Amino acid sequence: MKTVYFDNNATTMVAPEVTEAMQPFFTTYWANPSSMHTFGGQVAKYVKTAREQVAAMLHCKPSEIIFTSCGTESDNSAIWSALETQQDKRHIVTTCVEHPAILQTVAMWERKGYRVTRLGVDGKGRLDLDEYKAALTPDTAIVSVMFANNEVGNIYPIQQLAELAKEKGILFHTDAVQAAGKVEINLEKMPVDMLSISGHKLHAPKGIGILYVRKGVRFRPFMRGGHQEAGRRAGTENVPYIVGLGVACDLATKNLSDEITRVSALRDRLEKGITSSVPDTLVNGDTENRLPGTTNIAFRNIEGEAVLLMLNEYGICASSGSACTSGSLEPSHVLHAMNVPFKYAHSSTRFSLCRYNTQEEVDFVIEKVPPLIKQLRELSPFKD
Amino acid sequence: MWEYSQKVQDFFLKPHNAGPMEDANAIGEVGSLACGDALKLYLKIDDKGVIQKATFETFGCASAIASSSVLTDMVIGMHVEDALKIKNADIAKALDGLPREKMHCSVMGQEALEAAIRQWKGEPPMPKAQEEGKLVCKCFNVTDLTIIKAIRENNLSTLEDVTSFTKAGGGCQNCLDEIAEILERELKIRSGELPDTPVSGKPLLSDMHKKEEACATAAAPLTNLERMQKVMAAIQLIRPQLQADGGDVELKDIKDKTVYVALKGHCQGCPASKATVKGFIEQIMRMQVEPDITVEEA
Repeated sequence: MKTVYFDNNATTMVAPEVTEAMQPFFTTYWANPSSMHTFGGQVAKYVKTAREQVAAMLHCKPSEIIFTSCGTESDNSAIWSALETQQDKRHIVTTCVEHPAILQTVAMWERKGYRVTRLGVDGKGRLDLDEYKAALTPDTAIVSVMFANNEVGNIYPIQQLAELAKEKGILFHTDAVQAAGKVEINLEKMPVDMLSISGHKLHAPKGIGILYVRKGVRFRPFMRGGHQEAGRRAGTENVPYIVGLGVACDLATKNLSDEITRVSALRDRLEKGITSSVPDTLVNGDTENRLPGTTNIAFRNIEGEAVLLMLNEYGICASSGSACTSGSLEPSHVLHAMNVPFKYAHSSTRFSLCRYNTQEEVDFVIEKVPPLIKQLRELSPFKD
Repeated sequence: MWEYSQKVQDFFLKPHNAGPMEDANAIGEVGSLACGDALKLYLKIDDKGVIQKATFETFGCASAIASSSVLTDMVIGMHVEDALKIKNADIAKALDGLPREKMHCSVMGQEALEAAIRQWKGEPPMPKAQEEGKLVCKCFNVTDLTIIKAIRENNLSTLEDVTSFTKAGGGCQNCLDEIAEILERELKIRSGELPDTPVSGKPLLSDMHKKEEACATAAAPLTNLERMQKVMAAIQLIRPQLQADGGDVELKDIKDKTVYVALKGHCQGCPASKATVKGFIEQIMRMQVEPDITVEEA
């Protein structure tokens, strides 16, 4: 059975060019880039190239890029550093729709006595600018707002939010894990102080991420025990993955327009195809400001995991906003914050496309979805 | 991805005895839309107390649908007294096992069966045990005492196990550190490193309370006026959703951090009303107003 992979917000296929570029660093150039000998030293220049490729995608300086092990580490490091460098400030501002990498990190700081403001969202998942402005205080050490949401794809007005924080002299961090490579991120124009990216969301492998730290922003390392990354992140460089991430960023820069035009057209076709043939559906999120490949569709009166397993029977990979995991029957915190009606919240299904998807795949999914929704609705005790 | 047995997959994709039953003389309903899973079990019981027919309707995941379906197969032809002896573990066994995280699905089947038979016998619905102790998991209303009880009774040793058995920590996950602390202490008690303090006496958790108080003062508590305003705003958010289902809610009173409401329309007397109040209204209040507010029916 052919796999139709519409779960690219979870992880992405490693681009063939990336795999190829990484190969020599396992077999031939496996030395430590910090070594004094030529065998090691020659590897360092590939790390340098990768840093330049990442910087080019973000329109920043290579020296502002710190390689980490993943987006989660980047998020943890950003908050850690902001609080360590400003120990007199005891307040954190974030939103209630962030990834757990931020939410659980700030909850940990909250338990240590910090004050946390979690901004709410409206029914489409949008922030209220007045509420945001009111939350910024002289005691605020850092603001962390995601660039784009993983579940519904909303893109937040980072330019504006960062400018408002800057006016008040507050550090601004954004988790751009879902946005990188899918929308334009220009750090020359955006006064963002720190930004997190994860490799595996943009066709690099899992286990590599970056944290951008603007020049001049005070930084304290989260990982200690080595001089690597200019003393900002200890640990021997993961050379093959760094090289892979560099190539992936280069590809993302080149394919950005395709992502914005063709991928979003495929997404729209899928969304229209499903919502026009299945009654009682709801598209979650801010459809005016969304990632090109993401749509989150809810089906009244049924449950998400059942939908996913039915899709799985046809080799279709999607994901559910309701996590029926670990005994949790809770709609996700994002849908909850958006106050999605509970008749819909449990069946919210996320389809996330990428540049490797095709129209044939979209049409296949449009054909398979309506009968399986009908079947599950017949099983449900709720009919109205 | 769940490791479902072939039987779970078969019962999910091609369920037996699905759909409502017109001549049912016993119906057991558990769960609700707000809770995230629900089962309506229909039985036709003859004069001798033998279950002649059984069908189901389920809103839920694959293991919820499979558990409901296999349960109907199990009870057909059974006397109600024998059916009452079915435990949730028997349902899981009939499916060649369920993932540990999905055991609550088999519990739902057992509860619906019991509810249906109670209805047929003319007995009142099962009384719900009162939860006591300090609230730990705010998403699922799980207290420290419930967690300790589950750890002790089932000999749990990991954080994942605690979540599988109690649901605590399965929502926003902000309480995972707190659960880990409880578990750590329990494991020490089990190994004899700490004295066994009775579950009902709460001194063993006293230092946690202190920490929480410290946080609460740092977080500048709401004034009564602020709280009232926020509660009233939250009610306005909640009402349209209940109205969409033919129900409604009225704000009756606010005392300290307890909000009293009255359910109206379809919500009134609905078997899921407790779930509506706790699972839905209270959760919204906790997000919109403050995390430790509680909601009760007036």
